[in-house]
Amino acid sequence: MRLDRTELWLLASGVVLALGVFVLPNWLTFLLTIAFAKGLVVQGVVVQMRAGLVSFGQGLYYCIGGYTVGMGGQWLGVHDAFVLLALSMVAAAVVAMVLGLLLTRYREIFFAMLTLAFSMILYGVLAKSQSLGSTDGFNVHGITALGWTPGSSGKMFVYVLTCGIAAVAAVFLHRLSKSSVGYVCEAIRENEVRVEYLGASPRWTLYSTYVLAAAVSALGGGLTGMATGHVDPEMAYWTTSGEFVFIALLGGIGHVAAPFVAASLFSTVRTYAIQFVPHSWQMILGFVLLGIIIFLPKGLWSLFKRTRKAEARV
Amino acid sequence: MSQTPILESRSLHRTFGAVVAAKDINVAIHAGEVVGVIGSNGAGKTTFINMVTGFLPPSAGEIMFNGRSILGLAPRKITRMGMARSFQVAQLFPELTVLDNMLVALSIAESPLPSFLRPLRTPERVEKAEATLKEFGVAAFRDHQVTAVPQGTRKLVDIAMALIANPKMLLLDEPTSGVAVEEKFPLMDSVMEVVRRHGVTVLFVEHDMEIVARYVSRILAFYAGEVIADGPPDQVLDDAKVRELVVGHGHGGHGRARRSS
Ligand SMILES: Nc1ncnc2c1ncn2[C@@H]1O[C@H](COP(=O)(O)OP(=O)(O)O)[C@@H](O)[C@H]1O
Ligand SMILES: [Mg+2]
Repeated sequence: MRLDRTELWLLASGVVLALGVFVLPNWLTFLLTIAFAKGLVVQGVVVQMRAGLVSFGQGLYYCIGGYTVGMGGQWLGVHDAFVLLALSMVAAAVVAMVLGLLLTRYREIFFAMLTLAFSMILYGVLAKSQSLGSTDGFNVHGITALGWTPGSSGKMFVYVLTCGIAAVAAVFLHRLSKSSVGYVCEAIRENEVRVEYLGASPRWTLYSTYVLAAAVSALGGGLTGMATGHVDPEMAYWTTSGEFVFIALLGGIGHVAAPFVAASLFSTVRTYAIQFVPHSWQMILGFVLLGIIIFLPKGLWSLFKRTRKAEARV
Repeated sequence: MSQTPILESRSLHRTFGAVVAAKDINVAIHAGEVVGVIGSNGAGKTTFINMVTGFLPPSAGEIMFNGRSILGLAPRKITRMGMARSFQVAQLFPELTVLDNMLVALSIAESPLPSFLRPLRTPERVEKAEATLKEFGVAAFRDHQVTAVPQGTRKLVDIAMALIANPKMLLLDEPTSGVAVEEKFPLMDSVMEVVRRHGVTVLFVEHDMEIVARYVSRILAFYAGEVIADGPPDQVLDDAKVRELVVGHGHGGHGRARRSS
């Protein structure tokens, strides 16, 4: 497997960020862990956005990822982080394979609302399940890695793990965006009838992309569960999914690193906004979103592209 | 000429509410033919193409491709069997470059289940896509976004995308519509030259009688959903009904009063 420049750059960033565990303060590594985990969920939203579909229910897979990690430890006695994350992906993929059969029949607002409906159904089910702690959820603990128990350095371990997974996922998603499927997705967004007439099945392409997006998003949920030590039905609530769409718009679909950058920015702004203007931080988010849609419809990443083009013209 | 027609329609009917867009269409086209379809706006030419390519289900009738019924098959299945089409209004992927449009078409032609990990832009694909663009004389637009290229170029790219899959038969819906008058002949010249070189059977829709007469060996004349004449160009263009209902009306609607004799 040969890596191109972007891929090397992504992996290098992952390593540098992971090494940051030795120098960065705990609050910052925690903030970044959550941001990158959310970034993974947002990657799932972005993959679908490229094909022209907006999922307003990606919280479904975020939640499935988190609960699988939690339940794996609680009921199956599985504590290994890698096995738990693999289980998360499998669980999400299986659910997506079923829901995708119905969802890929729909486009635009109908698709968006249906994804939202499914996530709210999961929210409702979990909130009513006494054995899963109802609306309180339950705690996740005792994470190990290949036989090693991080113990008190658990949070640091999850941070390093998240950096590693995010970097590898980014390389994979970068490949995907340059692959035939990646371009066919864009082609479907642009002109679905023509794709059909060229001989491909838009539905099958959207279906496989949907399943893949679910698996990637579940990784984000699993890592969040490990990092916070807690999962609850709120993960599937519609405002959570809305946040993922917000971050996706913030970053744009122009670069595979954008969701991670946008998620970090989002978490930082939110942390400070809650501290300094506790009652109006949603208003700040609202204005930011307004600004982006009006001035940077292709997301923050278009800022980089603009300057680069401007340089090139000189 | 082989015994089995490459494309055959039997008693094809299609209505849209009260509008009869296809009425008892029986057409057999043999491999190697170049067939022109004439008829005023609304005569049912596009409807015919939409039905034989699986986009529109006929209300009644049968469609055979290479001796096999293709009734009820999805357009992608029919494309895979070797029947490609272009569109009256070019159907491209506007945000992609001309080259990427071609590469998407080529990659799908190579495999109906495109790869998740293999890049779209492989050197072999780029070479083949470039060669096809060159054949159509539009290679200069390779890196332009589709929205930034002239109408005539778009029509050619639209046809090139259909042809890159090496179809057995090509249906061209008004290849020169939306193109400036002085560009029509050069455009058709390049299209027909490429198509001949590839040995593809062609059916193309065209309003302009001069253009039709220059390229085809046979003409189908449509009027109000019916094929009113079918034969060699001079015969069809001399046909009294065709002169009255199709040629005389040019681009006008078919509903105008008939000339009183
Ligand atoms: N999707 C449709 N819905 C309703 N009417 C249609 C549709 N497609 C075609 N028609 C009607 O069928 C007739 C034939 O149309 P069409 O095949 O597009 O004609 P042509 O291509 O010869 O100009 C016209 O009267 C048109 O209005
Ligand atoms: Mg037409």
